[in-house]
Amino acid sequence: MEQNIFQVIWFILWGVLWAVYFMLDGFDFGLGMLMPFIAKNDSERRIIYNAAGPFWDGNEVWLITAGGATFAAFPKTYAIMFSALYTPLLLILFALILRGVAFEFRGKEESPVWKMVWDICLVIGSFLPALLFGVAFANFFKGLPIDWQGIMHGNTLSLLNPYGLLGGLLFVVMFLVHGALWLAVKSNGVLKWRAKVVAEKFWVLEVLLALIFFMATGFLTDLWANFFHYKILLIIPALAVLGLVAIPGFLASGAYWKAWFASALTIVFTTAFGVAGLFPRLIPSSLNPSWSLTIYNSSSSPLTLKIMTVVAFIFVPVVILYQVWTYKTFSEKVRPEFLETEEAY
Amino acid sequence: MFDVVLLSRLQFAVASMFHFLFVPLTLGLSVLTAIFETLYVKTGDEDYKRAAKFWGKLFLINFALGVVTGITLEFQFGTNWSRYSMYVGDIFGSLLAIEATLAFFLESTFIAVWHFGWDRLSPKLHALSIWLVAIASNVSALWILLANGWMQHPVGYTIRNGRAELESFRAVVTNSFGWMEFIHTVSGAYILAGFFVLGISAWHLLRKNETVFFKKCFRVAATWTLIFALFEVFNGHLHGSEVAKAQPTKLAAMESLWETKNGAPMYLFIVPDEENERNKIELFPIPGMLSLLAYHNPSATVKGLKEWSEEERPPVTPTFWSFRLMVGLGFLFAALSIWVFLKRHEIEKNHFLLRILPWMIPLPYLACELGWIVAEVGRQPWIVYGLMETSAAVSPLSPVQVGISLAAFILVYTLLGLVDFYLLFKYARKGPEKISLAPVSAAGSPATN
Ligand code: HDD
Ligand code: HEM
Ligand code: HEM
Repeated sequence: MEQNIFQVIWFILWGVLWAVYFMLDGFDFGLGMLMPFIAKNDSERRIIYNAAGPFWDGNEVWLITAGGATFAAFPKTYAIMFSALYTPLLLILFALILRGVAFEFRGKEESPVWKMVWDICLVIGSFLPALLFGVAFANFFKGLPIDWQGIMHGNTLSLLNPYGLLGGLLFVVMFLVHGALWLAVKSNGVLKWRAKVVAEKFWVLEVLLALIFFMATGFLTDLWANFFHYKILLIIPALAVLGLVAIPGFLASGAYWKAWFASALTIVFTTAFGVAGLFPRLIPSSLNPSWSLTIYNSSSSPLTLKIMTVVAFIFVPVVILYQVWTYKTFSEKVRPEFLETEEAY
Repeated sequence: MFDVVLLSRLQFAVASMFHFLFVPLTLGLSVLTAIFETLYVKTGDEDYKRAAKFWGKLFLINFALGVVTGITLEFQFGTNWSRYSMYVGDIFGSLLAIEATLAFFLESTFIAVWHFGWDRLSPKLHALSIWLVAIASNVSALWILLANGWMQHPVGYTIRNGRAELESFRAVVTNSFGWMEFIHTVSGAYILAGFFVLGISAWHLLRKNETVFFKKCFRVAATWTLIFALFEVFNGHLHGSEVAKAQPTKLAAMESLWETKNGAPMYLFIVPDEENERNKIELFPIPGMLSLLAYHNPSATVKGLKEWSEEERPPVTPTFWSFRLMVGLGFLFAALSIWVFLKRHEIEKNHFLLRILPWMIPLPYLACELGWIVAEVGRQPWIVYGLMETSAAVSPLSPVQVGISLAAFILVYTLLGLVDFYLLFKYARKGPEKISLAPVSAAGSPATN
């Protein structure tokens, strides 16, 4: 019994870590994907880099922790999830490598070719993870073709089924809106105006995709079952929708921070929707439901879960405190004068 | 011939050895930068502020690759070693998760605070942020090495439900093997950072750039390097006797000892001949020395490789040569650091030292990589010593998949590594920013706010 509680706690934490990761790195990905459309010259591009500047690395650690927590709490899921998704995961990792070094390297040489190379890396490094994370999560919702030994039947291309691609597209567009809103918060003048326009346009697409996604989820997965069983959970998709419909109002009144928070709400609760629908499974098997990986058959021992719970409950709040403090410390806009300082990217 | 096990091992070796090209400088230079900035806060001497900025910039260039290559390692256990992850995740996974929660967040958040916060934080708070980075990176080393230490010498577990489950967390975090690795690896990293600062300072001193500035840096680094270079020889020896106790096969391979001997001598020069299970050349024996070093008793019995079947032995040649070379380098660093320390006050006159020091920079890198080869190759055929064999640990992947990813690793890492070292060179040669003569320092000028 006691073990069940810790297994449930870790399932929730697992969902929270992914949701926070998408909320935070989501705007970095959005910024990167927007750059080719929105920035017309070098200083506008640099504003984009510096809008993510003090944050992207701290954001990325949420991914490392989500991976680490999967390993610690559900080692069997960690093992099967990442070996089954070998190729897409490595693509994500290489993309993240390119994105990370683009930040550090771009400003270190004056040549335009040099800068262009790293700009391309930033765009690819933002687009690929956004797309592939969406594809991967949609496939979890649908179930992976894994057998009782955790061996995947099917290849990478089989992940690119219509529902998987829909998930990928939804993630890309969600992050585009999220990044555009962040840019509207962090910039001034014409760039801010362009960001606003882009956010409004992509918002329409986001609503459309979200609608299709929620419906397709009803037809192609059994995710909704949990929500009809425990009605209280319906609050999760409701909050996701609430965030989404709140965005244009805040945008129209120029309340960009609020619009960004609304978009964050959408991302967090869309992720939570999927995760809550999976419960108690982490990865369903599409071949045979009894081969699914659940919190009961893939978790660590009670002792490990207990120790990890203590660690998480002490340190995750501390992490949140100091990360919020950094967001506050660096909340002001990226001004052109800042680009003159040597610490600017 | 190229099976998944071999390819995955190669891939892990490429990824981890590449990661470890950047890790030690991060570990050491973060502390040195913090020391320079503290000196600035304490004395108000602008040179120390410039030192923090100059070395900090090199630190950041290095840090970028350290971070991105670490992420691939974190997921590699799942992608390529899934059987391993299932078998030991109960223990090993928690150590990695703790590392991320305690260390990586702190490190990556405060490095950004430090990088972007020169104008926004008070000097004390700013210095605190680099100390947090330094502490966090060293804490991360502790946890990952406790994880590695557990693979080298598993403790605090029982076999239950077909896997290794945690029995005593306390035993895992007090595992002396892991702590020895930590002490030894971190001191090695400090030596590396010390020679890095000495070498670059010497290059500038020889060219009479910013002599006052670089002499200050040089003096701090000279004392620092002396401490850790001497300490490393001492703790390396203790580490060796830990290995003798925990992993007798590795010790035998490190010394290329084939026959079990009472009062085993140490040969100063050996050429192993693995095929014929003997040494081609054995010269200059010191009687009883190996027994003394390994067990602190000149007549103790040291087991030779022939005690085990061939399948149970690690590859002898790479283990042996890597160990010899690392130890040789260790003594070289100790000697060199004494010399440097003695000359530190009039170093600008000693052109010989100034000329050789920049060439010394690669050597600690080599020593660190060799150390890992000893530790990891010497552990074979085990992935967890005595508990799980490497060949049983691998994921059910096709050789083609792993072959392609391995090629991608080599290609991408080589290119990025070249760019990174090019930038390190460029900014190391450029030297520190000039002192601004304006009454308000550029950083604090009102225009930026
Ligand atoms: C947490 C565990 C861990 C840590 C901290 C390290 N390694 Fe390791 N290493 C392994 C866990 C491991 C492993 C998973 O156990 C491997 C993969 C295959 C194997 O045999 O051991 C391995 C293999 C392996 C090999 C190939 C050995 C062989 O196949 O014969 C080399 C050369 C290294 N490692 C080097 C390193 C370096 C330079 C590290 C510094 C970052 C390092 N290892 C840290
Ligand atoms: C194979 C095992 C290893 C794994 C899985 C691993 C994982 C990681 C990860 C995920 C990061 C990125 C953190 C960030 O984004 O800030 C990282 C960076 C780092 N790792 Fe490792 N690591 C390994 C080996 C080691 C070892 C043996 C050490 C030290 C002795 C070490 C020390 C560091 C340090 C200091 C950093 C900070 C960034 C830098 O290197 O410049 N790591 N590692
Ligand atoms: C006389 C000097 C030295 C001695 C006696 C010594 C001894 C050892 C021993 C016995 C090991 C193997 C531990 C294992 O199998 O797990 C080791 C590993 C290692 N050594 Fe050394 N060492 C010396 C110098 C150095 C120097 C100068 C450096 C780097 C600057 C260095 C870096 C390392 C590293 C990174 C490892 C792998 C991690 C570990 O196992 O601690 N060593 N050393």
